[in-house]
Amino acid sequence: MIELEAINRNFEVGEETVHALRDINLNIDAGEYISIMGPSGSGKSTLLNILGLLDQPNSGIYRFNGKAINQLAEDEQAQVRRENIGFVFQFFHLIPRLSAADNVALPLTLAGVEPDIRQQKTAAAMDALGIAERAQHRPDQLSGGQRQRVAIARAMITEPQLILADEPTGNLDRSSGSDVIEALEALNQKGITLIMVTHDPELGGRAMRRLKMDDGKIIGDHQS
Amino acid sequence: MMRLADVLRYSLQSMLGHRGRTLLMLLAMAIGVGAVVVLTALGEGARRYVLDQFTTLGSHIVIVLPGRSETTGAAPPLMGETPRDLTIDDALALYQSHAIGKVAPLVIGSAPVSWQAREREVMVLGTTAEMEQVRQLKMARGKFISSSDPHRGSAVCVIGHTLRKELFGNQQALGQWLRIGERRFRVIGELAQQGHSLGADIGDLIIIPVASAQALFNTESLFRILIQAKGRDSIPQAKQAIKKIITERHDGEDDITVITQDAILATFDRIFTALTFAVAGIAAISLAVAGVLIMNVMLVAISQRTSEIGLLKALGAPDFEVMLLFLAEAGLLSLCGGVAGLAVGMASSFFLDQAFTNFTVIAPLWASVGGLSVALLTGLVFGYLPARRAARLNPVEALTRRR
Repeated sequence: MIELEAINRNFEVGEETVHALRDINLNIDAGEYISIMGPSGSGKSTLLNILGLLDQPNSGIYRFNGKAINQLAEDEQAQVRRENIGFVFQFFHLIPRLSAADNVALPLTLAGVEPDIRQQKTAAAMDALGIAERAQHRPDQLSGGQRQRVAIARAMITEPQLILADEPTGNLDRSSGSDVIEALEALNQKGITLIMVTHDPELGGRAMRRLKMDDGKIIGDHQS
Repeated sequence: MMRLADVLRYSLQSMLGHRGRTLLMLLAMAIGVGAVVVLTALGEGARRYVLDQFTTLGSHIVIVLPGRSETTGAAPPLMGETPRDLTIDDALALYQSHAIGKVAPLVIGSAPVSWQAREREVMVLGTTAEMEQVRQLKMARGKFISSSDPHRGSAVCVIGHTLRKELFGNQQALGQWLRIGERRFRVIGELAQQGHSLGADIGDLIIIPVASAQALFNTESLFRILIQAKGRDSIPQAKQAIKKIITERHDGEDDITVITQDAILATFDRIFTALTFAVAGIAAISLAVAGVLIMNVMLVAISQRTSEIGLLKALGAPDFEVMLLFLAEAGLLSLCGGVAGLAVGMASSFFLDQAFTNFTVIAPLWASVGGLSVALLTGLVFGYLPARRAARLNPVEALTRRR
């Protein structure tokens, strides 16, 4: 589903050039469950951002379903994100003034989906994650685990092929963290490709395929 | 593409989510629009007031003045060109034209008027019976000076309301003999209270036959001639006839100025319309100030909401949609502020209207519509820069900012 070919990403920091990614080559099949681990500054977040089309590589080719997409125009990339990719962030990124249900429905609202369909899908997604009774609560009235499940419901509501999770449990205690991981794994079992950045080795070890990164390179690729 | 209703709902929720900031911007916009509405209402009121004053002067009036009012720019003429006086015969000759209904010659002067021990310096009008209809004067008691030969002055007078009170107090004025200068006149009528007309106090004057006034002030000439045309349509015709008749009588010399009420009216109308526009323009500056405030507040809002913008982009909102959301917010804010300002402006106009009885203060429709659309436009124009900045934010940087 995903092919990365010689991806480079540099940042200019003052007069220095930092190589966040060096010649990354990576193939990912549909339905895989991948963890990316490595020390901070190893480039794992940058890789995730490029996979999510939030960032552009300086060179290399990114093919999604066989189509090179890193050269697409901004609005076409937005469309790919909208239709195919869901994000789960460490800090949840819920909009504080909106109810949980409105936060979940936001991708559909932005896409201009009819309110009836939106409501139906939102209810189903929140039900699947066990937060249906919290629909009208605002984020500050929810626990961390509940907030992250709202975020996961938001990521899955467009039925994407790929979910990218950046330290999804980084801000949660152990028990709500494992709830969240189980919710993500449940999505993977339904066939959604799951890529998760973490530096918790226990968490990373649960994935079927484990990538290890250091200094902008993939130094380990283990499959179990 | 996001649905319009959702765009508006999203902006509205954002406005409600930041009440302090929203109220501040609403206030700024409301003051701007309110100022436009109130000031134009006042300007428009002043215009109407002046026009009303002119219509009380009488209908389809043409005024003839001796002398030409045009200035040629050349040096003053050394010979000729001294305007001839207008005489009573000039005035009477005007009846030759069919376009002319009534002619009232006018001599004006100031003289001491006394009765018993009381004396006042008063404006004296010498005219004929026609003046009553031409100037639409109303009588409180008695009658106006009668129509007889204008060359023969009888010793009668009509006095204004104020003058009657000052001279006679509560005593009967009709039939009394009073003195103007060295001459004695019998009071045959009193004018009703009509207030001011064009700055002249109708209450504080005395009217006597034109020939008596000429004798009193020792002059042959008229101050001016007031003419009432047969109808509104015959004003141009009357104007031409006056020129022709007087020119003939003055040995071919066109040495008079003819003023129509319409021309004066049009001039004042133009002046006051310009004034209203000028005042509205000044008020519009406060709208621009409000616009700058909107820009500032939107810029602050965007820096506070970077992570939200990053999220919107991650969720697949293209740049223009992000821009649309922020523009909609700025537009909605200024529109709400504008509506509030309109309400405040209308309310203040209403109270001003109640406060000034003979002065109508009603905001013209164009000011309300204009103020509101300028407010909206200001919001969009000044909201554009912040919205574009929001749209151009780098999503990675926006999202890494912790919230």
